[in-house]
Amino acid sequence: MHPPVRLGVRIAVLLALAVLPALTGALDQPFLLDLALRIMILATAAVSLNLILGYGGMISFGHAAYIGIGAYAVGIPAYYGEYSGYVQLPLAIGAGALFALVTGYICLRTKGVYFIMITLAFAQMAYFAFVSIEEYGGDDGLVIEQRSEFTGIIDMESTHQFYYVVLVFLVGALYLVSRIVNARFGMAVQGAKDNDQRMQSLGFDTFRYRLACYVIAGAMAAAAGWLMGNYNYFFSPEMMGWTHSGELIFMVVLGGAGSLFGPLYGAIVLIILEEQLSSATVYWPLILGAILIAVVLFARGGLEGMLAKLERRK
Amino acid sequence: MNAPLLETRGLSKAFGGITATEGVDLDVGEGKIHAVIGPNGAGKTTLIAQLAGMLAPDSGRIIFAGRDITRLPTHARARLGIARSFQITSIFHAMSVLDNTLLAVQAHDGHSYRFWRRARRDKRLTGPAMAALEQVGLGHKAASNASGLSHGEHRQLEIAMALAGASKLLLLDEPMAGMGAEESARMVVLLRGLKETKSILLIEHDMDVVFALADRITVMVDGKAIASGKPEQIRADENVRRAYLGMEGPGETIGDA
Ligand SMILES: Nc1ncnc2c1ncn2[C@@H]1O[C@H](COP(=O)(O)OP(=O)(O)OP(=O)(O)O)[C@@H](O)[C@H]1O
Ligand SMILES: [Mg+2]
Repeated sequence: MHPPVRLGVRIAVLLALAVLPALTGALDQPFLLDLALRIMILATAAVSLNLILGYGGMISFGHAAYIGIGAYAVGIPAYYGEYSGYVQLPLAIGAGALFALVTGYICLRTKGVYFIMITLAFAQMAYFAFVSIEEYGGDDGLVIEQRSEFTGIIDMESTHQFYYVVLVFLVGALYLVSRIVNARFGMAVQGAKDNDQRMQSLGFDTFRYRLACYVIAGAMAAAAGWLMGNYNYFFSPEMMGWTHSGELIFMVVLGGAGSLFGPLYGAIVLIILEEQLSSATVYWPLILGAILIAVVLFARGGLEGMLAKLERRK
Repeated sequence: MNAPLLETRGLSKAFGGITATEGVDLDVGEGKIHAVIGPNGAGKTTLIAQLAGMLAPDSGRIIFAGRDITRLPTHARARLGIARSFQITSIFHAMSVLDNTLLAVQAHDGHSYRFWRRARRDKRLTGPAMAALEQVGLGHKAASNASGLSHGEHRQLEIAMALAGASKLLLLDEPMAGMGAEESARMVVLLRGLKETKSILLIEHDMDVVFALADRITVMVDGKAIASGKPEQIRADENVRRAYLGMEGPGETIGDA
């Protein structure tokens, strides 16, 4: 028996995230909580990207659009005085799913580099659409006065409570993806990634399974966007920008595309690196770029892949 | 006689200037093994690709179980009961051997919008998937990575995937090519045993295999079906010998090597 390295790391990371609020209180380091919140929210989005990119082979370069959509689903109702989380969260998920359904229907008719470009194009269209709406602040965006309300159940204004809401979303996303990829649906999606022609000759309408997968991922990412809007008290088109979509891809690839926890590890490492490097040097994007190239060239499976190797070696 | 399970009428397909199939009429009877033979480039694979829906014919019709399927997409034909094996192995390399046949079973067990239960623990999938592997002699490799198999084992897996779906019609494109003699012999026995439940369109270069198995044979040359009939008729057909087996000496008959 090999020591279960991967399982051990998974449990350790989740435990660390679970006890962090207590620790930061004791150490008087509130900025750590802030960092962990950002990591968990982006990791949730990266987990959803991994579902289509890692398991489904659909390299979307427009995933940040859903984060923006989710944030606007907090901000626009709030602008009109509607703060209920029971309105905002379903609105975010519904809008994300709808955007994925409409754009996916078109994107998924293309393959390879065309797919990448067209997902990027749709995200940019969403970006410019919101830039043009002066009512909601144009390209400056708007401040959100208060977080989503779940009166009597959760107080999202409480940092600790909000923290655990975010953690539940992250763990929920991980669990959902683990169920999906091992269920029949996930087998169909992974088969279509591996050999589309063979899947069709077996009797799978691969286009539809891909589209369904794309919609699920869009809905999940929009839920992450709903968290992001609440976290920032702010929304703007900039959240949909292609550099953010690139960051999400970076997280997935760095952590290990097609591995369950890879996106979380990728988010942790990328955001901490960004934090450290950006205060040390203005050339930090260069260093990040070099790291990404190294991962692609020398560690195809990303961080999860390295852990798996460790597991086999011992 | 009953209507044939599969009929083609005037099936034609050209690639630019090359006519790959031209006016092919074919009848595959229920429970029969129908062999298609012909030299390299005769258009056999192109014929199968049109039957399976991967290539659209330029003209002609395809009727399966009484239904015109000429315009039906590949996956819809597969769900009606047409399974195909590929001359150039086409499997799921990133998956285990069992996953490969499991997907073939899953394709025929209702829709796959099932998001929760683990597919690999579902006996309705693993049972028939394992059985198909046993049938071709790959049971012991079920847990291996598909990419790690030998060339001959890949060919066996290719057949297992066609068998696993419980289809009515198998389109087998040179299933034995690349197999060792022992596996090849095993396949002959296996295919003969399938006749109870399935019809088979078999493309095969090995004449011993063809004459051991076929109920009917169609000979293709340059895209045309130049002869079609019982094995004895084909063996005796002058046209066939001239066009296809010009290399055979006088007095020698096809297939009794
Ligand atoms: N996609 C394609 N594009 C252009 N020409 C093609 C294509 N596929 C097949 N051909 C041509 O059509 C003709 C028939 O090819 P096909 O593969 O159907 O022959 P075959 O009878 O299966 O031969 P073999 O016994 O070698 O497998 C050949 O001349 C081939 O070069
Ligand atoms: Mg061929």
